[in-house]
Amino acid sequence: MRWTGLAVSFAALGVVAVLSITVGAQAIPLEEVWQQLWNPTGGESAAIVHDLRVPRTLLGLCVGTALGLAGALMQGLTRNPLADPGLLGVNSGASLAVVGSIVFFDVTDMRTWVWFSMAGAALAAAAVYALGATGRGAAGPARLVLAGAAVSAALLSAVEAMLTLDAGAFDRWRFWDVGALAGRDAAVVAEIAPFVAVGAVLALGLGRGLNAIALGEQAGQGLGVNLPRVRLGGAAAIMLLCGAATAAAGPIGFIGLMAPHAVRAFTGPDNRWVLAYSAVLAPALLLTADVVGRVVVRPGELESGIVTAFVGAPVLIYLLRRRAVRL
Amino acid sequence: MSVYRILSTPSRRISVRVHLRASAVVAVLLAATAAVVLVAMGTGSAVPVGDVVRTLLGGGDAMSEMVVYELRAPRAALALLVGAALGAGGAIVQSLSRNPLGSPDVVGVNAGAAAGAVLVILVVGAPTPLGVAAGALACGLAAALAVYALSYTRGVQGTRLILVGVAVTAMLHSVIAYLLTRADLYESQGAKVWLVGSLAGAGWERVGPVAAATAVLLPAALVLGRSLGTMEMGDDAAGALGLRVERLRFALLLVAVALSGTAVSAAGPIAFVALAAPQLARRLTRAPGAGVAAASAAGALLLATADLAVQRLPTPGQLPVGVLTGGLGGLYLAWLLHREWRAGRS
Repeated sequence: MRWTGLAVSFAALGVVAVLSITVGAQAIPLEEVWQQLWNPTGGESAAIVHDLRVPRTLLGLCVGTALGLAGALMQGLTRNPLADPGLLGVNSGASLAVVGSIVFFDVTDMRTWVWFSMAGAALAAAAVYALGATGRGAAGPARLVLAGAAVSAALLSAVEAMLTLDAGAFDRWRFWDVGALAGRDAAVVAEIAPFVAVGAVLALGLGRGLNAIALGEQAGQGLGVNLPRVRLGGAAAIMLLCGAATAAAGPIGFIGLMAPHAVRAFTGPDNRWVLAYSAVLAPALLLTADVVGRVVVRPGELESGIVTAFVGAPVLIYLLRRRAVRL
Repeated sequence: MSVYRILSTPSRRISVRVHLRASAVVAVLLAATAAVVLVAMGTGSAVPVGDVVRTLLGGGDAMSEMVVYELRAPRAALALLVGAALGAGGAIVQSLSRNPLGSPDVVGVNAGAAAGAVLVILVVGAPTPLGVAAGALACGLAAALAVYALSYTRGVQGTRLILVGVAVTAMLHSVIAYLLTRADLYESQGAKVWLVGSLAGAGWERVGPVAAATAVLLPAALVLGRSLGTMEMGDDAAGALGLRVERLRFALLLVAVALSGTAVSAAGPIAFVALAAPQLARRLTRAPGAGVAAASAAGALLLATADLAVQRLPTPGQLPVGVLTGGLGGLYLAWLLHREWRAGRS
């Protein structure tokens, strides 16, 4: 049953990916897109398909997978159904590092940002984890969330300080901060793909550990699961996934929150399945948001980060009002 | 020995129950605030202390009168009013949501106000300061109202209020991000100031409206806030003790939101004062309830101190005060959590 569902999810992802290559400001018929994809004949439509839409779709796949898995991991690790990559301070760490690289080292290209972003995400995650792990008893669910909120606030203020004093950096930052898949070339995808792949493998292997955490501290240890190792592995995976995704697309919200939530409706609480489904459905969700953003305000575009916020926030409110999330 | 004392008129017609330690804390906080204000008014690059004293006594020249009365005094007054409003609003919302993270910025006021201001600046074009403040206030109130309405299902539950606030804030931030990318750099830079609160360049025309609003709202907060200690026992217990819980909560939230909306429309979204001031007050007074008086005194002290610091820090160009409160507030919260957890409380 769950395998069938996973197959259906893959099919849905395929459909959305095709849509993402087909739909755009420039109307190109499906047959022509298909032909240009496999046998490019040069010319405008070939350029559009190969240089714009394919990299954008691939980036959406990478970023979506990364955010979905990171969200599922965080919700499992913190046992908080409302955790998302903004929560553990990871996005703000990445933001600070990217802005710092613009202000102090005058970095302009995406490929260098990836490294800064990942380092920033790692440092922020480490700080949050260290703070959350103070004292006896390991980092509990509420602690990590609070620690994340505190660290984020401090980091984002540093971002604001740098942006206030440097107008040029502000100009570049505002286009990154909005969260978008457009305007990134294929090299960016190639740059982040290995990190996402390693992170994804690590994340998918943690399902059993997350299930043990779900049972609670003592029961988990009683089952013979090394909880500190699961937490550390989870943090490493989150760093890889979020660092790469955020560097490439900017801080895109709500995918990491929505996807695992939607998924749990089919899979139930087993984290192995939640992770697997999230990895497939999150990119489908992100690509859908991206396609919608291209269609709604033609001939202009809405960045996908804006679409996800406008779809994700009402979904979150609906969830909060209607059911499930025990408060 | 009781921690309370009952003060009453000789006929015992009117009596007030006073928490002794809390009253002492308020007095100390106010004294400290006065000291900070004196330093802020008395020192600075252009006019030395002696001239300031002479000016205050009525014997200064035109230049020092201008600096003291038109530059330093309004800025200090704005810091006090905005800080007090933020502290009181934060204390009420934190107490209502029974969550230290439940400051008005979380309930959407700050994000709404920022979005309103940015909208007026970038879409309307060539705005007046009053228009921008009005836009900020209107959108801040609308956002808070939306959050309250959306979290209402047979009464409002604290945690849900915060979470709906997070959702609405995220939407508003994406609106802001969108607007910032669509405007040209110069306009966008000007609007950016509204994303971080600042007191720089405050004149009396900015102080007036805040002073009027605070004069009404702060007493209302102090009076209504006295029932917060009972509200914290939970809806059922508070109802059994004779409070009209839902109506009271709505009134309290309205006052709190109006206070923070006023603060934001005057100074922009200044982070963390609304969160830190009630926490500070609560730790100092060790009294139950929100401690609205102590929280607003703590807010005034925190903001006046932070604003003094950004004026004196050797940065290239003056930082907006919101950057400092955000940075220090985050570190303070981290330190607070660290200390509590190391002591084994959680």
